[in-house]
Amino acid sequence: MAVIEIEGASKDFTLHNQGGAAIPVMAGARLDVGAGECVALTGASGAGKSTLMRMVYGNYLARAGRIGVCGVDVARAAPREILALRRDRLGYVSQFLRVVPRVPTLEVVAEPLLRVGTERDAALERARGLLARLNLPERLWSLSPTTFSGGEQQRVNIARGFAHAYPALLLDEPTASLDAGNREVVLTLVEEAKARGAAILGIFHDEAARARVCDREVDVGTFTPRAAA
Amino acid sequence: MSDGKSLQGFSQGLSKGLGPGGPLLSVEGVTKHYGARLGCADVSFDLWPGEVMGIVGESGSGKSTLLGCLSGQLAPDAGRVLYEMKDGLTDTAALGEGARRRLMRTDWAFVHQNPRDGLRMGVSAGGNVGERLMGTGAQHYGRIRGAALDWLGRVEIAADRIDDRPSAFSGGMQQRLQIARTLVTGPRLVFMDEPTGGLDVSVQARLLDLLRGLVREMGLSVIIVTHDLAVVRLLADRLMVMQGGHVVEQGLTDQVLDDPQHAYTQLLVASVLQA
Repeated sequence: MAVIEIEGASKDFTLHNQGGAAIPVMAGARLDVGAGECVALTGASGAGKSTLMRMVYGNYLARAGRIGVCGVDVARAAPREILALRRDRLGYVSQFLRVVPRVPTLEVVAEPLLRVGTERDAALERARGLLARLNLPERLWSLSPTTFSGGEQQRVNIARGFAHAYPALLLDEPTASLDAGNREVVLTLVEEAKARGAAILGIFHDEAARARVCDREVDVGTFTPRAAA
Repeated sequence: MSDGKSLQGFSQGLSKGLGPGGPLLSVEGVTKHYGARLGCADVSFDLWPGEVMGIVGESGSGKSTLLGCLSGQLAPDAGRVLYEMKDGLTDTAALGEGARRRLMRTDWAFVHQNPRDGLRMGVSAGGNVGERLMGTGAQHYGRIRGAALDWLGRVEIAADRIDDRPSAFSGGMQQRLQIARTLVTGPRLVFMDEPTGGLDVSVQARLLDLLRGLVREMGLSVIIVTHDLAVVRLLADRLMVMQGGHVVEQGLTDQVLDDPQHAYTQLLVASVLQA
């Protein structure tokens, strides 16, 4: 049984305040990601790559189908089941960092570990290790990342996403806005996660990165409903 | 560990350590009218230990009425509010007066929008915190003052302000003092009515950060009413949207805000001005 299993997933947006227009954006999506595997979502801009990722994370509601993650059907699960899933089994590195102002970077990165009950010292140690690997200057660790540059925020986001060893991990453009050195660190983190058995679903516009870490590609364009094409 | 089933088992074992098996609060069909006018209608939900539930809606949507019914300040016309006590889920309306007051003093807490409604303005900051502790039976002066000092520190009020009255504090400090007074007894369930309303944005951020830290540290369950979507995005796990006394949508906070299903929620989300 795969860690991530999508079968017949569909999605549409109904714009109630714009004449109730229903826009179908996805139909019959299907894919599997096994443990230790990295699968890339490909397709033209607007094909629905991010939409599908958000559906797997429970951020967008699926209209139909099954989205299994570690045995939980995200398309049907109650909010608290999805919260529990996100706490210990399903990680997500989005393109944007959203944090409370004032919380220091080190705490932002350690938070996922503290939430699963990791001892504080061990959590902070792991956070320091990741921030150091990602070349974030130590003088920034005690500051809130809200004022950091885009690339710095992206690295904080990645450190946070890789802090806990989630069995399933979603990566949305993890190497975007990074220099060559940090890109290499991120790709190594992805390879390490695969080696410990994580199932990874990702969007990588960086073709060389995709070729290096991804085992398969799934073209999301094949899930675009005909009516909308 | 490679297949989904064993992962799920592993996680269930893990989450057992994080909280007990049932809901802390169970709300069944709560309805309240003011004469012919509807306050809130047929509201039902379960709140689990450690969960933060946000309730949003515009003025007059019924969110404050609902909060009043849940926290025992208003009597609903219909429906029940059950709370997890020694003997399991207990109808809070059926509790005797003494038991109910004890609940309000110990297990439950209420944070008002206006700190003046939750503080004694003529009593010192330390007295405000200590008084609530004495209400639970604490008597040792040194220990009470020690706890008051500890809590002033946790809400970032300098120790040398302990003898000042809240009337000498800024709005943000007053709100932090109210939170210290509220949480000193170690409640399990906290009701909050627009806790960041009326504060400057910079002061709001500090308060939100503080609240989030305390909620996690103390494993609090919270029901927070606000009209500020940014507040619920940062604080609430789950979200309930009310309009005209009815719950029109509920779900995971980020899902409701990013993929709203109901016309009113779509309007609410689309109406937020981007800074």
